[in-house]
Amino acid sequence: MSNLMSGARILLECLIREGVDCLFGYPGGVTLPFYDALYEHPIRHVLVRHEQNAAFAAEGYARSTGRTGVCCATSGPGATNLVTGLVDALMDSIPIVAITGQVSTKLIGSDAFQEADTFGITRSCTKHNFLVKNVAELPQTIHEAFYLASSGRPGPVLVDIPKDVFQAQAHYTPVTSIHLPGYKVYTEGHTGQIRRAAQMMWEAKKPLVYAGGGIIAAGASQELQELVELIDAPTVCTLMGLGGLSSSHPNFVSMPGMHGSYAANMAMTHADLLIALGVRFDDRVTGRLSAFAPHAKVIHVDIDPAEVGKNRVPDLPIVGDLKRVLPKLNAALAELKHSMGSQNASDRADWWRQIRCWQQEHPLAPSYSATEIKPQHLMAEIDRLSGGEAIVCSDVGQHQMWAAQLIRFHHPRLWINSGGLGSMGFGLPSAIGAQFARPDKLVFAIVGDGGFQMSLPELATIVNYGLPIKIIVMNNGYLGMVRQWQELFYNNRLSAVTLDSFPNVEMLAGAYGFKGRTIESPAELPPALEEAVREPGPYLLNVKVSPYENVYPMVPAGGAINEMVLAPPQPVALPK
Amino acid sequence: MLQVISLLLENKPGALMRVTGLLSARGYNIESLTVARTLDPELSRMTIVVDVEPNLRKQVIKQMNKLVNVLQATDLTDASAVCRDMVLLRVRAPQENRTAILKEAEIFSARVVESSLEGFAIEATGDPEKLDEFIAVMRSYGEIEVTRSGMVAMSLENRKLRLSPPIPKGDEAVYSHIRNGVLNG
Ligand SMILES: Cc1ncc(C[n+]2csc(CCOP(=O)(O)OP(=O)(O)O)c2C)c(N)n1
Ligand SMILES: [Mg+2]
Repeated sequence: MSNLMSGARILLECLIREGVDCLFGYPGGVTLPFYDALYEHPIRHVLVRHEQNAAFAAEGYARSTGRTGVCCATSGPGATNLVTGLVDALMDSIPIVAITGQVSTKLIGSDAFQEADTFGITRSCTKHNFLVKNVAELPQTIHEAFYLASSGRPGPVLVDIPKDVFQAQAHYTPVTSIHLPGYKVYTEGHTGQIRRAAQMMWEAKKPLVYAGGGIIAAGASQELQELVELIDAPTVCTLMGLGGLSSSHPNFVSMPGMHGSYAANMAMTHADLLIALGVRFDDRVTGRLSAFAPHAKVIHVDIDPAEVGKNRVPDLPIVGDLKRVLPKLNAALAELKHSMGSQNASDRADWWRQIRCWQQEHPLAPSYSATEIKPQHLMAEIDRLSGGEAIVCSDVGQHQMWAAQLIRFHHPRLWINSGGLGSMGFGLPSAIGAQFARPDKLVFAIVGDGGFQMSLPELATIVNYGLPIKIIVMNNGYLGMVRQWQELFYNNRLSAVTLDSFPNVEMLAGAYGFKGRTIESPAELPPALEEAVREPGPYLLNVKVSPYENVYPMVPAGGAINEMVLAPPQPVALPK
Repeated sequence: MLQVISLLLENKPGALMRVTGLLSARGYNIESLTVARTLDPELSRMTIVVDVEPNLRKQVIKQMNKLVNVLQATDLTDASAVCRDMVLLRVRAPQENRTAILKEAEIFSARVVESSLEGFAIEATGDPEKLDEFIAVMRSYGEIEVTRSGMVAMSLENRKLRLSPPIPKGDEAVYSHIRNGVLNG
């Protein structure tokens, strides 16, 4: 099959072959030929109101499904507006493909109108990027881009396409294979190492599974659950790994790290074996690295060899895809269970007792007040309505941490947040992507009063496409997370964190043609949330919460994770 | 500490930028960098000398191996390898010094590539320390001008080059629902 078509049509053909059903974008001068080809094309184009949100929406699509999200933007300002989203996807290993227009090949390098060196600018913002100088390379490049984005350790890939390449006519022949000789994907894991890992896991007296975003990227939740149940190991899931093991699973302890639970951080500190699965020993998890898990041997399984040994040198490294490695590991564990399974039974029972004890001493429990809505109360109510089943897209700040602590996720891909980059303005647009990908799902966008105002333009997109997203603004009147640090570490000198002049949400939502409401008394909270969920369309609920609440536990920057501040400053006495 | 890295990479626009960008993003200073085509014109061989803390050397190699355009990154710092540098040097040589300069050049196995009444242009290759000495000696004859190539290195061990095979592109029939305009079919 070979027929003459424009570069723009060829691109669309390739996108269809990649299974792209919708893309998030914003047009401009050099992408006119592409948008012309899109006219009446079956691929759905979602017009966002700012390109940054096209990238975040593509991430929301990818994070909620595992399929590659696609965004597109014009040259120059369109492309530069994508940058935050690209880095966000890079940090959290999210598969997205960005298509950007570029000035015509003859004009490249001439400071032409809306020319920017997109290829240069996005080099360090992507897993890989391409500049297509010839229409003949286009099909190959597009399929390479999708393969790179979704395989191995996923990530963002950008393809920069000059206007004349969109316009050029060429014979289109579907690509039958792609070849990236230097791109190595390690999948299987070393059989001997896997067997040794199984032995170490039975030998441990205080094992702890430390599961991260890699479990979700690999789609290995089921396998993780089997592993956890096989050896009855307590399990902590990182901010990126929440839902990797159901929050209601009896072996799930909670989230570790800077705002992790007391039990999770104490378990990390006292474990004699860390089974680290799809994690990268991020500083927000480990605290002071030299004091992190000091008694533990480490088994580290990750698909990216550069992560293994980067921050913590493992005693047993396994480079491979968790989806392939965990079944083998489980098989080895099952095989050894007969001979090794009961050797440390009483130590392990003590270990569980210790963990239950830590959980009871300082549970992650919501707090309530009769007069004001506590942020934790809000999250507990959202949790009640979600029942572990809703998609929750969070922005960045205190609300994000309370949501992560208090909302349960019974499945992977329900908790969507900007982990590695911590990009404010992520919550609302990612919810747009998630709702497009999962029209069947109840989608909450939990945002702060700061981050919400970074995504305001997308209210139009939500209405435009009739997305029934429930936008919950946790309104504390401050850039709360920054205010918390100023209170705790800068003598409460509150510098540039007050968010006055927040708009009236009834009028704001009303101006866009949907329903908004502000509440501030605890009694109003449950019915207002129920009303929001019942509403067939979008809903904007502005929840005024106690302004000076801080997120605890908290590990101060540079501290060891067992040196948590559990409540307004008073360090915890440590069991030695 | 200086690390010597040998890279085999695809000869593609931007490939060099990816390698140097990786180093500059981590604040490492590149001492020297050479790159040229290999027997296969689609590939380039690059030698980089870069200032990296010893405990981070492995990480740098891993990161380089992750670059899509890099087929192989090898740490030659402590490996068995030959390392050579080339220098082109212009020295002013009045009548009374000419024989002495030629003598010195011979000792260092350097070659005169251009000669004039004012002086010589000399080419020398060797390991970098030897060339440092050569340059010092020439300097004693007066003003000189120097261009160095930077190190080129070759491993003396046989290293297996592991390349990923082509991947067949799957069947598109499953995506007919998109053509029919059905979202999330
Ligand atoms: C784009 C961006 N700018 C700045 C920051 C730094 N920052 C982190 S949290 C935060 C405060 C967020 O305030 P708000 O959205 O009201 O959420 P809250 O913490 O009050 O829940 C800021 C400014 C950031 N993460 N992202
Ligand atoms: Mg706030």
